[in-house]
Amino acid sequence: MNAVYTRTKTLNGNLLGFCPGCMHGTVFKLIGEVLEELNIDGRTACILGIGCCGLAQEVVSYDLATAPHGRACAVASGLKRSNPDTVVFTYQGDGDLASIGLAETLHAANRGENITTIFINNGIYGMTGGQMAPTTLVGMKATTAPDGRDPGLHGYPLHMCEILNQLTAPVYLERVSCNNPANVRKTKNAIRKAFQNQLDGKGYSMVEVVTSCPTNWGLSPEKSLQFLEDNMLREFPLGVLRDR
Amino acid sequence: MKKVFMKGCEAIAEAAVRAGARFYAGYPITPQNEIPEYMSRRMPQVGGVFLQGESEIASVTMVYGAGAGGTRAMTSSSSVGISLKSEGISYCAGARVPMVYVNMQRGGPGVGTIQAAQQDYFQATRASGNGGFKMIVLAPATVQEAVDMTYRAFDLAERDRNPVLILGDGVLGTIMEPVVLPEMKSDEEVAALKQKNRDWAIVGHSREEKRGFIDPGYWSTDMQEAHCVSLNEMYERWQREDVQVEELYLEDAELVFVAYGTSARIAKSALKLLRAEGHRVGMIRPLTVSPFPAASFDKIDYARCKCVLDIEMSIPAQMIYDVELALRERCAVETCLRSGGNLIERDDVVKKAHEILKGGVER
Ligand SMILES: Cc1ncc(C[n+]2csc(CCOP(=O)(O)OP(=O)(O)O)c2C)c(N)n1
Repeated sequence: MNAVYTRTKTLNGNLLGFCPGCMHGTVFKLIGEVLEELNIDGRTACILGIGCCGLAQEVVSYDLATAPHGRACAVASGLKRSNPDTVVFTYQGDGDLASIGLAETLHAANRGENITTIFINNGIYGMTGGQMAPTTLVGMKATTAPDGRDPGLHGYPLHMCEILNQLTAPVYLERVSCNNPANVRKTKNAIRKAFQNQLDGKGYSMVEVVTSCPTNWGLSPEKSLQFLEDNMLREFPLGVLRDR
Repeated sequence: MKKVFMKGCEAIAEAAVRAGARFYAGYPITPQNEIPEYMSRRMPQVGGVFLQGESEIASVTMVYGAGAGGTRAMTSSSSVGISLKSEGISYCAGARVPMVYVNMQRGGPGVGTIQAAQQDYFQATRASGNGGFKMIVLAPATVQEAVDMTYRAFDLAERDRNPVLILGDGVLGTIMEPVVLPEMKSDEEVAALKQKNRDWAIVGHSREEKRGFIDPGYWSTDMQEAHCVSLNEMYERWQREDVQVEELYLEDAELVFVAYGTSARIAKSALKLLRAEGHRVGMIRPLTVSPFPAASFDKIDYARCKCVLDIEMSIPAQMIYDVELALRERCAVETCLRSGGNLIERDDVVKKAHEILKGGVER
């Protein structure tokens, strides 16, 4: 019998601790497949943000360091500059990358660090239990915005791809989602491109993946997908913002 | 040996390069700007990396990344900037990432003054970040000592996979003195040092190898506790093996000075004057303020010694808590202090000593 589909060898078989309907697992699978296909998983280091992604620490086979909350791009800058042959990527949530780590993200992108960033935008602080994130939609409820995000109090959602698109240095910025099989395939292609850019020495690439958080959105996995399509993707339209 | 005339900050930077440091990141702050400025010129000459971070937080985190990749890495700052670095320092201590950093202390809380002070002793020895970790803290008093300690700091950091702090002040950073520089490690030696770290560094390991895993925390309380216990064993080992101290005239001393860094230099000149006058004054000068040289206090003859004088450029006195712990009430403790960036004068120390020796202090 011919195997037509196998699990990527970069997932070591340990149990994934993500909630049902969460897309972190899908994204780690896609990253693993890309690393294997490019034959670089043996020279890759992942810099994890602080957040639900921490649950992947013991699940992936490649080298890994956990960054201080928000600082993954600074860790990656230090590592990549001193080990140019190592493939370095950061994996960060929206609280991590766009709130506490906004400065580190922006400046690493602005320096054109030759690294790859995978940015998981689920519109909420997942790990800590559903507090408001910089990407929380207007009107969307969070445990620290019980009446929903109020622009008068909290301002508006941050659009990281658009913000980084103001900078000269980044080479690749794309926003994708994993809400259906076609988009999962697009996400994989985007991830591949973001790593290929690094291999080609081109500079900073970021793939923003708009995802759901059924647990903290208070919706079933199915309803979360609907919410994502009706609301998240309206605020965060998918597409390539830059490809140089 | 050839001597060169160098500024403290630049000599420290050169010593770091000679010790094999190939990564430096920092953010401007007086009185240590000459370190990043020197590194920005020097690192490219030796195939190293200089990065000006967007903040102290980013800079120390870059060092965490470079250190996690096995490269000898360094950062530096002054007081308020060190506060911002405390997150990254704590991460290095938790995740066992070697790193060396310098604090050229300035005066007072907040932004304080830019002049020399020793207001960060608590921070340096007690709480350089969250989590109750400790570090070896080296306290040079001269540019030569700063050079020698910096050179050694990288070996200590790598031996322990822990941060090492060079605790200086504005005087040490800006003073110019003749120094003998340590030997420059060859490219081959530097590469070999990095290769030694490959086992645990996150440089990319194949699936057949054990992966590099840099983890500043644990999901399991028992694992975290075991980690803290093993760190504590290391701290206790330092107390037995890594204390460095200069002891002067403890056998006959009726009065013992305790001072480190620039204060110690001033105290020593007061001591010379007092001994020439015939006064029996001794001195304990910690070269490591952590681990603190507590055992030196057992060498004092308390049948003769009336008093220990704690001399610091800090108000309130901070080292005094270590002094009192080591003394265990075997004699009185007095202080001679300045703060805010004002230097202690030799004559302040002499005057205070005269008062004490005249019997102004009860045993
Ligand atoms: C300095 C610091 N502040 C706060 C926290 C607590 N904390 C842990 S995870 C997290 C939020 C993560 O949210 P996000 O980045 O959106 O990722 P998600 O969990 O949603 O995937 C916070 C605030 C921390 N670990 N460190």
